[in-house]
Amino acid sequence: MLLAQQGAATVSTGEAVSFWVLGPLALAGALGMIFARNAVHSALFLVMTMLSLGCIYMVQQAPFLGFVQIIVYTGAIMMLFLFVLMLVGRDASDSVVEVLRGQRLWAGVLGVGLAVLITGAVARSLIDVTDQGLAADTANGGRGNVANIGQLIFSDYLFPFELTSALLITAAVGAMVLGYVNREQRGRRTQKELVEARFRGEHDRPSPLPGPGVFATANSVATPALLPDGSVAPESLSRLIESTTADKLAAERESVAGTGPAAGTRALAPGKEESR
Amino acid sequence: MTPTYYLLLSALLFTIGAVGVLVRRNAIVVFMCVELMLNAVNLSLVTFARLNGDLHGQVMGFFVMVVAAAEVVVGLAIILSIFRTRRTASVDDSNLLKY
Repeated sequence: MLLAQQGAATVSTGEAVSFWVLGPLALAGALGMIFARNAVHSALFLVMTMLSLGCIYMVQQAPFLGFVQIIVYTGAIMMLFLFVLMLVGRDASDSVVEVLRGQRLWAGVLGVGLAVLITGAVARSLIDVTDQGLAADTANGGRGNVANIGQLIFSDYLFPFELTSALLITAAVGAMVLGYVNREQRGRRTQKELVEARFRGEHDRPSPLPGPGVFATANSVATPALLPDGSVAPESLSRLIESTTADKLAAERESVAGTGPAAGTRALAPGKEESR
Repeated sequence: MTPTYYLLLSALLFTIGAVGVLVRRNAIVVFMCVELMLNAVNLSLVTFARLNGDLHGQVMGFFVMVVAAAEVVVGLAIILSIFRTRRTASVDDSNLLKY
């Protein structure tokens, strides 16, 4: 009897192969999400995990849930995460400072304990389980997965389903309320008031920061502005973009100042021909 | 291999998500770890539906997805509004309810 049950619980070879491909992918994505320093990398690792889980749902005779997983989770929710990451800023990475001493260590210990607890309970309680399966003659029978789920939602689960609509409307209104910034009430300052505030010292400097490419030979954001004496203006360097180093610009600065090698008569740009 | 392996995978994913919530400091990454835990529970719901041979587990997974979508929308809006006032997305820096 027990042997027969265990025989019924084994899965087909194709499902085993897809599990051993998709399961490690999902695990690798989850681990990568934890260990990636950059939040954008974490989000992309989580996308990998969710895609693998969607495929696992389809393998487990839940095609509707698999497609909803891919469309809603990886399509909508993770893109929302990426948008918020872009709004908050790419440099909003984690700090490595531990505020609570030994927090990482204890989190790891607790995690191992939780894993042992859950896997032990699951493995013991399901060691000889009978796999009923959602074969064609049972729950998925006749009309297929989507039609049966639809019938369940609109009969047995009708009231919870209506409640989810209320929940979604509440969430949308809440997001709008939280995300709305009333700029009118805060009072916009006129240009004159801004100038006076600048010269009273409310800002770091009275003039705007030097833009990239001012007094330089290029207008790229990655090019720092040059001061009149030819040195790099430190305030024009972007925090996010690695700026072109000063020695790379040395030749161009010489050509602007006129101290560089004289251009050939047929040269299109000064200093270019001699450098070859 | 038996369908129990799916439950083991689900347990491991849930654990990784829980450890991530404890370890990470960036509020958005903490939120992603919560999403991972919800996904792990969804995987076990789908597996239970298949083991029991009816669709109630799948319907429950569907409801979990709906609730997760609503939660993400509100949570990200809260993170954005905190970032607007405090200029930080770290869970350590937000220690006041207002301002």
